[in-house]
Amino acid sequence: MCTYSTEKIAVTASSGKGPQGWFPLRTATVYYDHPVHAPDEHTVNIDFLNPEEGPAARVAVELSLDSARELLAALQVTVERAQHH
Amino acid sequence: MRYDAVLAETVGIRGANDDEIEAYTARPMDGGRRAGVVVIHHMPGYDRESKEVVRRFAVWGYNAICVNLYSREAPDADPDDAAAAARASGGVPDERFVGDAAGAVRWLRALPTASGKVGTIGFCSGGRQAFLSALELDVQAAVDCYGAFVVGTPPEGFPLQVQPLADRTAELRAPLLGLFGNEDSYPSPDQVDELEKLLQTHGKTYEFHRYDDAGHAFFSVDRPSYRVAAALDGWQRVQAFFAAHLDGEA
Repeated sequence: MCTYSTEKIAVTASSGKGPQGWFPLRTATVYYDHPVHAPDEHTVNIDFLNPEEGPAARVAVELSLDSARELLAALQVTVERAQHH
Repeated sequence: MRYDAVLAETVGIRGANDDEIEAYTARPMDGGRRAGVVVIHHMPGYDRESKEVVRRFAVWGYNAICVNLYSREAPDADPDDAAAAARASGGVPDERFVGDAAGAVRWLRALPTASGKVGTIGFCSGGRQAFLSALELDVQAAVDCYGAFVVGTPPEGFPLQVQPLADRTAELRAPLLGLFGNEDSYPSPDQVDELEKLLQTHGKTYEFHRYDDAGHAFFSVDRPSYRVAAALDGWQRVQAFFAAHLDGEA
């Protein structure tokens, strides 16, 4: 897992659901690296975290590059639509 | 019939700042004197795969230990959650790693069966840390499995606390075995060339093996990066290297 390249953002007024239920999100890290589970050598990985609640307060996804592009487009469309609400 | 038995268990050891940290050890049970091996886990953490490697070295006749380098960020967490927490907080600082690895070396040398010789082996980010261990610690052999940023500068805006070590090559205190995939980008074949030139320039004892049709993490049996030919040859190289440098009394 050695591309190391990581983007980190602060996350506010947002929640995620982990193994212990819902919790407030504080940060997200986004990186292209080896997955733990997805069947590819590299994936776009996102960890939504709340460090105050411990390492298990985590919502994680590992997306193929194609799926990550689809998600990016969907987010773009959704955020643009939201501006008209 | 040859008696084939190892004891594998979790132990608490003293690491950097005298902190108690978690480690996993496996030791042969035949009572003979033997060298120690410190296994340095990959960036995905102190996981089942890393523990399997520890047991492999015990089966090969070494007292082996792997420190959970994420003990402080994520005690008792699942390995993938611990790795995510460590990544988000900037990774393992070099100084802390050196303190933790020194604790592991001390623990191995204090065993009643210790010969006094100790080797280190690290994978992925642990490959770089194995190189670092051979700069900082009294070890008799070090194995760098595809460690990035021994040479080469991390990308701009890079959040992890990693600096290249190439300018310290002259300080290397132990023979180095390097195992690399020619399709890896971190480290790239050019970076492996650069490191090899530095080792030659400074007259260091080293042995590099590079594998075609292999990229990063070719030893990882449960990942698509696994390459059976490279992994089989690589393990043979590791076994021969440790036999040459760790067998016998210190």
